[in-house]
Amino acid sequence: MPADGGIGAPNKRREDIRFLTGKGNYTDDMNKRGQAYVAFARSQVAHGTLKGVDTSAAEAMPGVVRVFTGADFAEVGGIPCGWQITDKHGEVMQEPAHPVLAQGKVRHVGDPYAAVVAETLDQARDAAEAIEADIDELPAVVDMKAALLEGAPKVHDDLTSNLCYDWGFVEENKAAVDEAFAKAAHVTTLDLVNNRLVANPMEPRVAIGDYDSSAGDSTLYTTSQNPHVIRLLMGAFVLGIPEHKLRVVAPDVGGGFGSKIFHYAEEAFCTFAAKAINRPVKWTSTRSEAFITDCHGRDHVTTIQLALDAENNFTALRTDTHANMGAYLSTFAPSVPTWLHGTLMAGNYKTPLIYVNVKAVFTNTVPVDAYRGAGRPEATYQLERVISKAAMELGVDQIALRRQNFITEFPYATPVAVEYDTGDYVATMDKLEQIADLSGFEARLKASKAKGKLRGLGVNCYIEACGIAPSNLVGQLGARAGLYESATVRVNATGGLVVMTGSHSHGQGHETAFPQVVASMIGIDPSMVEIVHGDTANTPMGMGTYGSRSLAVGGSAMVKATEKIIAKAKKIAAHLMEAADSDIELKDGQFSVAGTDKSVAWGDVTLAAYVPHNYPLEEIEPGLEETAFYDPANFTYPSGAYACEVEIDPETGKVTIEAFAAADDFGNIVNPMIVDGQVHGGIGQGIGQALLEGAVYDEDGQLLNGSFMDYAMPRADDVPFYTVDHSCQTPCTHNPLGVKGCGEAGAIGSPPAVVNAVVDALRRNGSDITHIDMPLTPSRVWSAMQS
Amino acid sequence: MYEFDIKAPSKLGKVVRKLKKDEDAVVLGGGQTLIPTLKQRLAAPSQLISLAKIDKLKGISSDNGVVTIGASTVHADVAADGAIPALSALAGGIGDPSVRNRGTIGGSLANNDPSACYPAGALGLGATIVTTDRKIAADDYFRGLFETALEGAEIITAIEFPVPDKAAYVKFDQPASRFALVGVFVSRTGSDVRVAVTGASESGVFRWAEAEAALAANFAPEALEGMTPSGDMIGDIHGSPEYRAHLVGVMARRAVAAC
Ligand SMILES: Cc1cc2nc3c(=O)[nH]c(=O)nc-3n(C[C@H](O)[C@H](O)[C@H](O)COP(=O)(O)OP(=O)(O)OC[C@H]3O[C@@H](n4cnc5c(N)ncnc54)[C@H](O)[C@@H]3O)c2cc1C
Repeated sequence: MPADGGIGAPNKRREDIRFLTGKGNYTDDMNKRGQAYVAFARSQVAHGTLKGVDTSAAEAMPGVVRVFTGADFAEVGGIPCGWQITDKHGEVMQEPAHPVLAQGKVRHVGDPYAAVVAETLDQARDAAEAIEADIDELPAVVDMKAALLEGAPKVHDDLTSNLCYDWGFVEENKAAVDEAFAKAAHVTTLDLVNNRLVANPMEPRVAIGDYDSSAGDSTLYTTSQNPHVIRLLMGAFVLGIPEHKLRVVAPDVGGGFGSKIFHYAEEAFCTFAAKAINRPVKWTSTRSEAFITDCHGRDHVTTIQLALDAENNFTALRTDTHANMGAYLSTFAPSVPTWLHGTLMAGNYKTPLIYVNVKAVFTNTVPVDAYRGAGRPEATYQLERVISKAAMELGVDQIALRRQNFITEFPYATPVAVEYDTGDYVATMDKLEQIADLSGFEARLKASKAKGKLRGLGVNCYIEACGIAPSNLVGQLGARAGLYESATVRVNATGGLVVMTGSHSHGQGHETAFPQVVASMIGIDPSMVEIVHGDTANTPMGMGTYGSRSLAVGGSAMVKATEKIIAKAKKIAAHLMEAADSDIELKDGQFSVAGTDKSVAWGDVTLAAYVPHNYPLEEIEPGLEETAFYDPANFTYPSGAYACEVEIDPETGKVTIEAFAAADDFGNIVNPMIVDGQVHGGIGQGIGQALLEGAVYDEDGQLLNGSFMDYAMPRADDVPFYTVDHSCQTPCTHNPLGVKGCGEAGAIGSPPAVVNAVVDALRRNGSDITHIDMPLTPSRVWSAMQS
Repeated sequence: MYEFDIKAPSKLGKVVRKLKKDEDAVVLGGGQTLIPTLKQRLAAPSQLISLAKIDKLKGISSDNGVVTIGASTVHADVAADGAIPALSALAGGIGDPSVRNRGTIGGSLANNDPSACYPAGALGLGATIVTTDRKIAADDYFRGLFETALEGAEIITAIEFPVPDKAAYVKFDQPASRFALVGVFVSRTGSDVRVAVTGASESGVFRWAEAEAALAANFAPEALEGMTPSGDMIGDIHGSPEYRAHLVGVMARRAVAAC
């Protein structure tokens, strides 16, 4: 293998060797001595009074160790929510209890009301089927607007209604926004649905609880994006175990996309049950279970209005959204339609007045929480769709309309409470026009026509707030956690480094990218740096990976820790060379004294740190290990411009993506190949949302597409070869790497591009259609063409 | 899965005897339908009697204008065979490589999923289903959703396909499963035209008589212009009955054009 390069090098992902050769160590690969297996008894109705659970038949079945019901959890806490929203009247949101196993009521299909622990998995499943629940079925609420009507069945009897909160942002601006609308030369209104998605990471969730009765220590092995967060939430709020008695390990994790951020009941159950029966307890989700227990994403119903003056300048924006919370509040659910959505409504445009209203609603469905992009795709989709619709109504070019309204001066304080540090939206749009060969579109349109196909072009921009985020800010916004990141850099005697990070890799390539950062700072080969993550026992308290934060926040912590290492190493080098600290320079792994030919190698210094025979012991301690915590000053603001070209088969309504181009500004780039991959994956997910995916509940709250037979995930042949470019770089001004985050961009920026393209294709064919809701399945497009 | 026994006799007679002796026993072909059903605990057979070791059920032979395909022949082998190109293309469009290298033609026809491809091929070619007890014309074999003329311990051993002058199968994928949302198999042998439709009807695979008549008079896509089948079409999250009826017309025209 060639030696790895530092920052900017497209190093191949070292972790892929183990992932691609079956050597990964996923939670389900782990089996503990004496382990028992769990099967949950789950509600098959969406809403019902749980009058009793008869476990006697199950208890008598072969291999059954113990059967648990809600009563066993009466003394412990419920699953907590990590974010509290204050509504437009200054009231805090309604926050229902969320017991580990249902008590009194079941509230969605899949809600667990009992669990069997048995010697084998099949025995546990057999016995779970023998549990008899006495459930009086109640009418279910599925539709959000119906759920808010007077007299609607209540998901939680102890709450005043199914309204979690009614959020207005910025409430003080509302009157001014309304006034701007009254004065507008043109108002474009669009009703749309941001379809409900199932994350479906390749690896289903798994939890293994383990209890060491000699020490009184609990360990949870789990498929998590943030083991420290799980330790804190589960330890402090559910089971009452202090951190030093609870270890959470998230080993290799096969994708999360947000759905593995949250603390789930099954994790608490396995940890609790392991102690109760004094044996390891393992649960592995089936794919069918995943569909009805993993948190879903999106599910917004929105009306958006854009006001323009006579010169087509955006003068105001107003949105009204119903956001589905599902039956319980998942860990970060309340923050997604509010702070992760409302603050992004300015997009790339200098609209001076914005008002966002969000009603979060309880329904008898699986809880909804963050999913790749989390709030920002919902914001981008509606904004970019309404702009394209406005361009159509006004008969102006949609790119020109966007350019005219771009923010061009930075820093820029939006009317929705955030300040963009850097960006260059003109540059990314210029780049897009070039890489997507927009000037060649007419020729491609003709070629499609000759084949009997309708061709359309969709263009849009996006902005996102990543690198989540300053703790003091999110604290004011209701977060019940800090959002810093941590790193410990341990230098070994012979010069190799181990970096222990609070970030967590579940497919992102941290083990490759992070060493590039640390090695570049020292001037050594990245192969000398190893990344350790995912285990609360050997990493510093960190907040995990989501919100495109790992490099911007976790990487910055690593930079800070490495800076401390370098400062100390320079002192040692100065001592070895009998020079002043301030004269020491570090370059290419060599310390030298400025202006002389004296130098010592990195390895000489690290050895001296651990074999301190000749060492300034009176000034500094031996050893070379430093920890740093980094709490950013602001979010980062990646942005970009996307273009999609589709063909529609006019006879069947089938849409195919013919071309997709993405011009992104992620600030500085550490590993361009990994960035390409992140963008590819994100666009794939966005195309999935736009064309294929969407969880469908019937009015009784049954999920109609709870398997891959009916829930359409994107496959390789559903997506084109992408053209991606990230050469437009306006580095972030407030983190030491100047990086912005790239993990969610593709999923945020691509759905409007696809929908814009389909609408464009239909209109070029003479239709006066203005919108079709996602997913744009053949039948939906065909139906739209008929009307 | 529930617990079950599995046996793989090497003689067909033994399979039949075992099935007759135990009414909860089920014959196992390629398992591409049956195993997922078991994994979801939707069936609890006492034992699976596998056909895997009965070699004479595998293979393709041609004789006198008839192609005979053993019931245990996997889709990949039919796809690779060129005797009836339309049938090979149909087999090559089923599922993915692992499904095609496991799933069998006998299993598919025994299962008669309303969205499966082979039923359209068998009906559209006027095949004969050969079983351990008798020969059944395709026209008499399919009896609705997942229903066939097979009885008790009757096992499909082979399928005989008359070689057509022209034939084509065109399938419109259901986006998630990629089974047929609508699939149409058209064949012409002399003046005999067959149009078999899968995926669309509430009554399972069917012959579209009006289309056959129109094509017998004029074997060209235009002959079907504006035509859609009558009868109850399936409506679900992937398409309304109207959409499916419309697609039947489109796929039929495309199949004729591809002949
Ligand atoms: C991912 C996936 C995609 C698929 N896509 C398609 C598709 O696009 N089009 C399509 O048509 N099919 C599709 N299938 C189904 C596939 O073709 C199956 O192989 C087929 O339907 C069943 O054949 P099998 O040999 O696997 O039968 P099995 O699963 O073994 O058996 C199915 C049923 O038939 C019975 N049976 C099996 N063999 C015989 C026999 N010789 N005589 C009597 N009874 C028998 C069994 O008892 C059982 O009831 C797909 C399957 C999967 C898993």
